[in-house]
Amino acid sequence: MTTLTASDWLGLWLHFSVLSLLSVGGGISVVPDMHRYLVAEQGWLTHQQFTSSVALAQVAPGPNVLFVALMGWNVGANAGSAYLGALGATLCLLGLVLPSSLLTLLATRWAQRNRTHPGVRAFKAGLTPLVVALLGATAWLLLAPSLASDGALAAGLLVLVATGVLWRTSIHLLWVLAAGAVIGAMGWV
Amino acid sequence: MGQTMMDQGLAAAVRPACSPPRSLRELFWAFSMLSLQGFGGVMAVTQRELIDRRQWMPREEFLEDWAVAQVLPGPNVANLGVIIGDRYFGTRGALMCLLGLFLFPLFIVGLLAVAFTSFQHLPVVQGALKGMGLVVVALILTTGVKLATALRTHVGGVLFCWLAGIATFVAIAVLRLPLVWVLLVFGSLACGWTYLRIVRAPVPERAGP
Repeated sequence: MTTLTASDWLGLWLHFSVLSLLSVGGGISVVPDMHRYLVAEQGWLTHQQFTSSVALAQVAPGPNVLFVALMGWNVGANAGSAYLGALGATLCLLGLVLPSSLLTLLATRWAQRNRTHPGVRAFKAGLTPLVVALLGATAWLLLAPSLASDGALAAGLLVLVATGVLWRTSIHLLWVLAAGAVIGAMGWV
Repeated sequence: MGQTMMDQGLAAAVRPACSPPRSLRELFWAFSMLSLQGFGGVMAVTQRELIDRRQWMPREEFLEDWAVAQVLPGPNVANLGVIIGDRYFGTRGALMCLLGLFLFPLFIVGLLAVAFTSFQHLPVVQGALKGMGLVVVALILTTGVKLATALRTHVGGVLFCWLAGIATFVAIAVLRLPLVWVLLVFGSLACGWTYLRIVRAPVPERAGP
């Protein structure tokens, strides 16, 4: 069991606040530095706790960035109590979300005041084809491991059918997710 | 707030024109609902929930907000919430979107963390997770296809969009280059080209005050 002083908690919050302003591409892009800080430097989390925090947040509904709350929770739990866990989760999540949100607020207000300026319009419109391509790249990176394994055909088929359903119908997403869960649980993909 | 008395949601779903959110409460619930549907990430759900279902704004406008939300540091979906919330209700709107995004999922992820440690090794659980993961891939693909249609009217031209898109895809998915560098290099080129097109052939449409 580790003991954290008030300055340790402050340091945790400050570190995540700095990472917030560096996390271009989303919270997942600063994961390597979080690992360095929490596991290697401070020893507040085990490697196992760190990786399961990231994985579990992908499974749960909500923004992926909730993994930082789980990290904070584990830091506090390691320090001895559920109250400290709640404190850690709050500090980490607020640290990672608030500074970047404030920056976004200021930046978009400035852009809104200058929205007819060609530079602002070019900045917003110029990035749109890249963003669509990033969606394709994300889908590909998530799908690639499944296509390399045994059930590649079934997995590809499920993705194709689900894409058709989501594209052409207005069936609620939760039903499609539930169908995917059932098909997976039966061991068909 | 008299506007909240109006019937929300039903009217918005049938009307073809855009109908922006009318109250802080609507912002909160919309972002709570989309956040709770976001397994493996929320960004792809926002398109389906805010544009397809609620029709708050045209796809083109949404795509631009999305691009800005991705380029600025911070969790992308939090940035998107800040941008959209601030547009309709100022700082309070931005805070309300963040609250909606995080409040309920935070409780769920906490409960899951407790439960998951005991069930994670069961094959049924692992299979279900894999199946849901594949549906998430399908959702991301669908979002990409729908948003790509908004590029047909892009000021830079369709050929430019294809080139920029393919280059970005190859850099990220095939070469696995860091996002920061890809955005810096291709983003600057894309914005530069778009800037030239805007300056040389000004679009007649002028945004009002």
